[in-house]
Amino acid sequence: MPSSTTIAADAGAPRRARKLARRLQRGDQIAHVITFLFAATIFIITALLFYELYTSALLTRQKFGWNFLSGTTWDPVALEFGALPFIYGTLVTSALALIIGVPLGVGAAIFLAELAPIRISNGLAFIIELLAAVPSVIYGLLAIFTLVPFLRDYVAPVVQSALGFLPFFQGQSYGVSLLAGGSILAIMVLPFIISISREVLLAVPREQREASLALGATQWETTWNVVVPYAKAGIIGSIFLALARALGETMAVTMVIGNDPKINLSLFAPGYSIAAAIANEFTEATGDMHISALIELGFVLFCITIAVNAVARLLISTTTRKSGVT
Amino acid sequence: MSVIARRTRRRITNIVMFAVTGACTLLAVSVLFFILGYLLWQGGNALNLDFFTKLPAPVGETGGGFANAILGSAKLLILASLIGVPIGFLGGVYLAEFGSTTPAFVVRYTTDLLNGVPSIVMGIFAYRIVVLPMGHFSTLAGGMALGVMMIPIAVRSTEEFLRAVPNALREGALALGATKWRAVATVVIPAALPGIITGILLALARVAGETAPLLFTAFGNLFWSPGWNQPTASLPDTIFKYAIAPYEDWHQQAWAAGLVLLSLVLVVNIAARLILRRQTSISRG
Repeated sequence: MPSSTTIAADAGAPRRARKLARRLQRGDQIAHVITFLFAATIFIITALLFYELYTSALLTRQKFGWNFLSGTTWDPVALEFGALPFIYGTLVTSALALIIGVPLGVGAAIFLAELAPIRISNGLAFIIELLAAVPSVIYGLLAIFTLVPFLRDYVAPVVQSALGFLPFFQGQSYGVSLLAGGSILAIMVLPFIISISREVLLAVPREQREASLALGATQWETTWNVVVPYAKAGIIGSIFLALARALGETMAVTMVIGNDPKINLSLFAPGYSIAAAIANEFTEATGDMHISALIELGFVLFCITIAVNAVARLLISTTTRKSGVT
Repeated sequence: MSVIARRTRRRITNIVMFAVTGACTLLAVSVLFFILGYLLWQGGNALNLDFFTKLPAPVGETGGGFANAILGSAKLLILASLIGVPIGFLGGVYLAEFGSTTPAFVVRYTTDLLNGVPSIVMGIFAYRIVVLPMGHFSTLAGGMALGVMMIPIAVRSTEEFLRAVPNALREGALALGATKWRAVATVVIPAALPGIITGILLALARVAGETAPLLFTAFGNLFWSPGWNQPTASLPDTIFKYAIAPYEDWHQQAWAAGLVLLSLVLVVNIAARLILRRQTSISRG
């Protein structure tokens, strides 16, 4: 009975097609679930990171509480752990990095965005972005053998003879110092400040410049009074991003800061940063309490950089959104 | 008279200020050439065939090489890719193609967060997760630390390049009856693949130079490190230890290793960025 089989086949075809469609849709769901699982892993890893840092610093947190942050003695032998010298060192080197790096970086960004022809600007920006790719241990290597002797033999004598009466420049200079740490950080954060600020400046609408120039302002006056204020939030965002980098930077600072856990006003004196302390002491830690103290240092650093990064992202995204609308 | 004086003053300010910004740029750009030049000068002399084939010489003897550190770095990078690439790639695909608003927002936010974690803290994490349970330092722990560092960079570049694929391609595939996952797998991802691969190469180049997360995970080793369970030397870690050592001969070797590491990182970066630039100009034009 050939006719009945054809009828049966005809009735089966749409059902099969529907089945196939359903199976393929399930394929969509499967793909969705698989990629979601991998994306969720990122969340889980980050949560685990936070949890591990928090719980494994339990010992010192119970013993010292908030005094951990304000204590000035760091003595692993006597089990006395105060993080203030490290926090001080981290903050001072990062502040120095910004004091040196921000004028240089913003200046270069202005030149690249406002004056240089776009071709040259792109080429130079390319070179500057490569600077961001140089591993930090290489910055450290160069700093040990060039920057440190330079600061010791040339900068310190000159500054001390001119401004030696200030407490920031007193004392014996060995080269390895807060200033060395701050200087190398300044160089390392430059590419971040320059490339983001340049992009933000380039995103300022042409009309803003033209209006100002038409009113008779010089190019510099236009740049400084119109373009830079327009891009201000983005530039500040790039500075915060640079700050986050500087705070968390480990190797280059470890190699030149001198690694001495004391609070010295003098920039020529050796210091110690949070990251450097972890790098140097972790493998030699003598007991659970010492490890716990170092992990708590890591936790403090983690929280500071996360907060600074969040501010940076917020500022940068508000400016790009603004220029996106106009 | 005063009008002219003011005009000249303004004109001079204009020239002076832009000259200053030009000097800033010159300074920033010259840093790279200084680094390259200095490493070539110092490291070029110390670099020879032994560097690539021999083990480090014991303290007091001259010569020797960093063969174990080069192999160690390669092994660490393989492990890092095994962790970082699948999670980064598929996570990026999720964000660009499948993500619904809230979960995608959370994932994107945590990716940014993870990207901002200082590298030394990543070392602590790998220490707690791998070294402590195993009871000793290992290649595995170092690779894991580097792998986690790769994830955020890989996610971001994957998402970015998938988003850059024109919607017309997606719609064309869907209009021809393809289901969403087939459209993504056979049309969208292949179109974005060159960009995604270069992005992952950039991520690898970035973690290849990381030292801090390796200090107490891979730890370092003066000898070969067979298998994956033992501490291993790596290029950046060896540079660090040789640079702060008090021996002149070790400094020479640190320079040589620095030159090798920097060349690798820069070559990958330059190549990747040139490819990316051509890629974006094609998709725009």
